[in-house]
Amino acid sequence: MSLYAFIGALETGLAFALVALGAYLTFRVLDFPDLTVEGSFPLGAAVCAKLMVSGVDPWTATLVASLVGCVAGFATAFLNLKLRILHILAGILTAIALYSINLRIMDRPNIGLINMPTVYTPFENLGIPSLYAPVVLLTIIVVIAKILIDLFLATGFGLAMRAVGANARMARANGIRDGRMIVVGLAIANGITALSGALFAQMLGAADVSMGIGVIVVALAGVIGGTALMPSRLIPMLTLACILGSILYRLALALALSTNAIGLTASDVNVVTAVLVAIALWLPVRNAAFSRQPK
Amino acid sequence: MIKVENLGVTFNKGTMLENRALHGVNLSIAAGDFVTVIGSNGAGKSTFLNLLAGELIPGTGCIAIDGIDVTYWPVYRRATMLARMFQDPRAGICEEMSIIENIAIAAARTSPRGFGFAITRQVREQATERLAMLQLGLEKRLHDRVALLSGGQRQALALIMATLGTTKVLLLDEHTAALDPAAAELVLNLTGEIVKKFGITTVMVTHSMRQALELGSRTIMLHHGQIILDIAGEQRASMTIEQLVQMFRRKEGAEISDDQLLLA
Repeated sequence: MSLYAFIGALETGLAFALVALGAYLTFRVLDFPDLTVEGSFPLGAAVCAKLMVSGVDPWTATLVASLVGCVAGFATAFLNLKLRILHILAGILTAIALYSINLRIMDRPNIGLINMPTVYTPFENLGIPSLYAPVVLLTIIVVIAKILIDLFLATGFGLAMRAVGANARMARANGIRDGRMIVVGLAIANGITALSGALFAQMLGAADVSMGIGVIVVALAGVIGGTALMPSRLIPMLTLACILGSILYRLALALALSTNAIGLTASDVNVVTAVLVAIALWLPVRNAAFSRQPK
Repeated sequence: MIKVENLGVTFNKGTMLENRALHGVNLSIAAGDFVTVIGSNGAGKSTFLNLLAGELIPGTGCIAIDGIDVTYWPVYRRATMLARMFQDPRAGICEEMSIIENIAIAAARTSPRGFGFAITRQVREQATERLAMLQLGLEKRLHDRVALLSGGQRQALALIMATLGTTKVLLLDEHTAALDPAAAELVLNLTGEIVKKFGITTVMVTHSMRQALELGSRTIMLHHGQIILDIAGEQRASMTIEQLVQMFRRKEGAEISDDQLLLA
């Protein structure tokens, strides 16, 4: 694997680590399989790119993109809680609607950001080689997001959110408004996903309406793979596992694609991902079956 | 403390399966009272408790707790005044969380949850103190997962959780029915002790006539959704299990299909 391929895998892994953190909140903490991210990831990219080409500075554009992502989370929560639509379907509905909305936002299928100042530019000006600038900034953002999520989940409000995912009836009996927790959780998760989309588009040099396809599976590869490799009960360890899982997944993929011996090409990425996620999902089941621990 | 007027609820209204689960129930429970509720299967015991807890909204009548009309309050809102224990030892706790985390969740029941840390020194001290009352050694296992506890230990923990904070009313829904006899005895004794210590108004649904007479200060019997017996004081103190069954037969004037269950 060349240095370029390695750095490319690392920065993509870091960008998707944010989506993985969001997926950890929805899938693991809230027990709400949220597929909205398939739409909120390109939404973040679209809003950010549109604002940037309209002359807004990249940091403001990124921030606004994240907030718009939160709104996508609200939409799914509304469909699920008020219209009583099955959680997984509610997310799919929002995501499919967002495809059209993203086209409306951008006025076309993609917006190029090549040669525009991005959030990475100041780091390049500091003297960090442009190859490493995204890795440095993304690492800082991912670490901050991780710490904020860890702290949030340790608060009274965060613990209440965990209770909703673990035992909703018990949570209600202890005075927790489970609906409100789902709203807040989905908003945070989709906000962080849109942030990832915005950062990814600036790294890539373009926002594309189809860049959301398969995002949820990639995020889950990070969450499930990471937590399967590093099982723990401690939240800071689990969020770390999501980040490392996300990066390792990208590195493994880059390695598999660079090894000509296996004969894989870039178009095989999706099937490789699906197989990896399936194996990671099966590992804990297999371990449980061997140790015969009663649930 | 609890005032219930003309309470009624009908399931599957207007269909072939229409079932008047509860109708015309009037009841007034004084502060500090411990009421045991008995009745055969389908008598309306669980329905009554679900109405008090807010899991069901009544078709008729109203419920007031501590002088406040809570008839249409959702479960989470009522939880600021009342706590509940379930029959299933897994229902009242979060299995994958630690003992201290479960206690922190329950400790915030009667107060708003903020963005301060959930597990403070105050919570830890209170948890240690309350758990020590159980004499099960749980106070030394604060960071153990609840999944590691036995059914009896879980219900004992749930009892501590339910009696934290400014709980005014405690609802017990056959909370020892899923336990083995020794564990049931333990949890029952602890229930008596702790309720007495904190003077919490308690409503306990039970299948066991013995439990119903041994614990508490007043016993009511439900049948076909109505209160058919309400005893307290002298009358209750001198009552034997056999007499209670006899009285049930006389009042009801019909066969009891599950004598064994009632005598258990």
